[in-house]
Amino acid sequence: MSLPPIAAALTRHRLTALLLIAQVSLTCAIVCNVAFMIVHRVTQLGLASGVAENELVMIDSTDLDSRTPPLVRHDTDLAALRAIGGVSSAAAVDTLPLYLREWANGITLVQDGPTRAVAAAFNGTPGELATLGLKLVEGRDFRPDEYVPIDTAHDWAGIDRVPAVIVTRALAQRLFPGQDALGKSIYPDEKPVRIVGVVDHLLRPRLHDESDSEYVTLFPMLPDANEVTYVLRTSPQDRDRVLKEATDALLRLDGERIVRHAQTFTQLRADYFRRNRTMIGLLIAAALGLLFVTALGIAGLASFWVQQRKRSIGIRRAVGATRRDILRYFQTENFLIVSTGVVLGSILAYALNMALMAHYEQPRLPVLYPVIGAIALWLLGQLAVFGPALRAAAVPPVAAVRSG
Amino acid sequence: MLGYYFVLALYSLKRNRVMTALMIVAIAIGIGASMTMITVLHVMSGDPLPGRSAQLYVPAIDPYPISKDAPKVASKDTTPDGAMTWPDAMYLLHAARADRQAAMAGGSVPVQPMQDTQRPFFESGHYVSADFFAMFGTPFRAGSGWTAQDDEAHARVAVLSAELDRKLFGNALGIGRTVRLKDTDFRVVGVLGPWHPQPLFYAQIDDRSFGHDDQFFLPLATAQELKLPFDGRMSCWSNGGDARNSDHCTWLQFWVQLDSAAKARAYRVFLANYWRDQQAHGRFQRPVDARLYDLMDWLTLQRVIPDDLRLQLWLALGFLGVCMVNIVGLLLAKFLRRSGEISVRRALGARRRDIFLQLGIESSVIGLAGGMLGLAIAQLGLWSVRQRPDGYAQLAQMDLAMLSATFALAVLASLLAGLLPAWRACRIAPAMQLKTQ
Repeated sequence: MSLPPIAAALTRHRLTALLLIAQVSLTCAIVCNVAFMIVHRVTQLGLASGVAENELVMIDSTDLDSRTPPLVRHDTDLAALRAIGGVSSAAAVDTLPLYLREWANGITLVQDGPTRAVAAAFNGTPGELATLGLKLVEGRDFRPDEYVPIDTAHDWAGIDRVPAVIVTRALAQRLFPGQDALGKSIYPDEKPVRIVGVVDHLLRPRLHDESDSEYVTLFPMLPDANEVTYVLRTSPQDRDRVLKEATDALLRLDGERIVRHAQTFTQLRADYFRRNRTMIGLLIAAALGLLFVTALGIAGLASFWVQQRKRSIGIRRAVGATRRDILRYFQTENFLIVSTGVVLGSILAYALNMALMAHYEQPRLPVLYPVIGAIALWLLGQLAVFGPALRAAAVPPVAAVRSG
Repeated sequence: MLGYYFVLALYSLKRNRVMTALMIVAIAIGIGASMTMITVLHVMSGDPLPGRSAQLYVPAIDPYPISKDAPKVASKDTTPDGAMTWPDAMYLLHAARADRQAAMAGGSVPVQPMQDTQRPFFESGHYVSADFFAMFGTPFRAGSGWTAQDDEAHARVAVLSAELDRKLFGNALGIGRTVRLKDTDFRVVGVLGPWHPQPLFYAQIDDRSFGHDDQFFLPLATAQELKLPFDGRMSCWSNGGDARNSDHCTWLQFWVQLDSAAKARAYRVFLANYWRDQQAHGRFQRPVDARLYDLMDWLTLQRVIPDDLRLQLWLALGFLGVCMVNIVGLLLAKFLRRSGEISVRRALGARRRDIFLQLGIESSVIGLAGGMLGLAIAQLGLWSVRQRPDGYAQLAQMDLAMLSATFALAVLASLLAGLLPAWRACRIAPAMQLKTQ
């Protein structure tokens, strides 16, 4: 079947065909961008935090009585928490991945040099790495003599006294591309700090964009604020019981405190990404809805055309066209319309992407999306037109002599 | 005649039952989704302080050094966040060049109830200077705010929300009584009446701006002296000294009330002069660019409405657009298929406007049915928004204006969808069509 007669026939339905093309291209443009957003957000959902997510529970404690020094209290608390059955290790920390509470430093490689990366700082008592389940890929854990207090009372001045730091692989590569970061010095503040270890993965407390989500530094600094987070490692099935016992144990040690945010890491993660999940659901619904409406449009239009052209189909059949020819005719016509639609739609998709890039920090749309979008719409178009085309093919030659 | 056309329209629509139903559902979902999101954005972009907002301004000055930082960090700083250092805020406060001015910062503190039966709990509130209450016109159920002298004296006084007052003192008002916050006793001097500005415009704008109220207000100077915990973003570009007192950490919000445009202009000049003056002392290295944002502009600038919600609105409108194109196309094809019937009517004497009216009514029926269903879907959509865990969720209610807007949108959509096909069909020439049939 050659295209020119089909195209010529379409010019008799110029307005209708144009509307269908407009619909296909709009759908293509929106669905491509929506699919891109879905993939982007699903990737975020799947980001590995680097910690043993199924085994961690945490609890915030705030001292009201300022007589006991925080460092002493944390030791007492930790001893009590470690005594709970099923707790394999425990640490006092100032933050955790996805915990929102973030202290970030601009890291330089020379004093007062240009900032290479803004990295979140994680601080905790000895055993933090083991408790979180971080995987050291290079170097070693902190030695006991390396620990210093954060000195919260004096604007976290511990950062200028701390001798060692462990960084994530992502940060190491950013700071020292192509080199071994181990043993090198960085300046998170005024003074140099030596990198003694590199961990595989660790997500920061608050995600900004994809590139810096793992820019994290771990310091051997002891939390000494009134508020502290205790993180406990236990087996997945013991988590709820351990949380309850931990709350009781802390309040038993000292009632002059507020214990809150007792939760498992699984809950924390679910809360952090709740909006994201809602958004993914809405995006998927919108994309499916658009595709459905477009399929409906194609099928509806085709069936009206079949009814309208009954006589001419009959004539074609009477002069020798086979059923297959009629079927092909409608399929080719659809292919022609959808093709024009997806070409325009791809251009429109990039225009839309540009607008999104300007307003929503959306990255550039990869070429793959319009290609997949085009294939999907072609398939959808063929699927939608198949029913009406079959009905057209079933029109008997005798229709040529019947009216309407 | 209209009644007859209506009956004809119903007959015609019944002939393609499935198609008609699908068209109605498509337009209904488009309108429903759009109106859900338009309503959500409408209630979120409302004026949190009607009647006063036009006189309230945020002065924005930029004390950051000319950036030695990576471009990424610099680009994020191009939108002023209005945060100030302690010395700058205190200078502006004491200069008192505006009709009213107040410096403030958010904080959450442990509240220790006087009865031993209650456990201590956290509440969040604001540390503010004296003008705060008069400037924002906070209603007082009893008592009042404090004075500038109290600020100077670092007085241990507090204003509580009605909610916290009830929580602590039951039905008896707490005026004159003592509340223990962290480890200090404060005397309650005022209890607010119901006051729920949405969003919490005077605080740092973040994802908690909606659905949160402050439960207490304390003098900023007192909180500074007692080092009460501060909640929010603090950005430093140097070290040394106490960050909260230093001239290299921004963390305070500052608001001014300027009653006329002339005063606003004068204040901007005052800010620029301060900037130049500080440059002479080696601070404020960036080129002088003092700005003053009024309340509503400030909320827009700080993107108080989350990007995701805007995106959802565009998505809904895009969906509606595709549905509309779809329906126009289908109606057009449907009407043109009836060319024979139309040309017979034309040949029998029907005028173009008769045909137009008849077909227009047929498409309006679809549009109106879609609109009605759309209204129901919008209510369902708003209900689902209210189930979200976000602070704005409870605001998602349709008011009368939005209800009529939905109705208008439905009518408009149906007219637009019907207009083109009806116009095209009424141009069918009588003779030609009869001949080809």
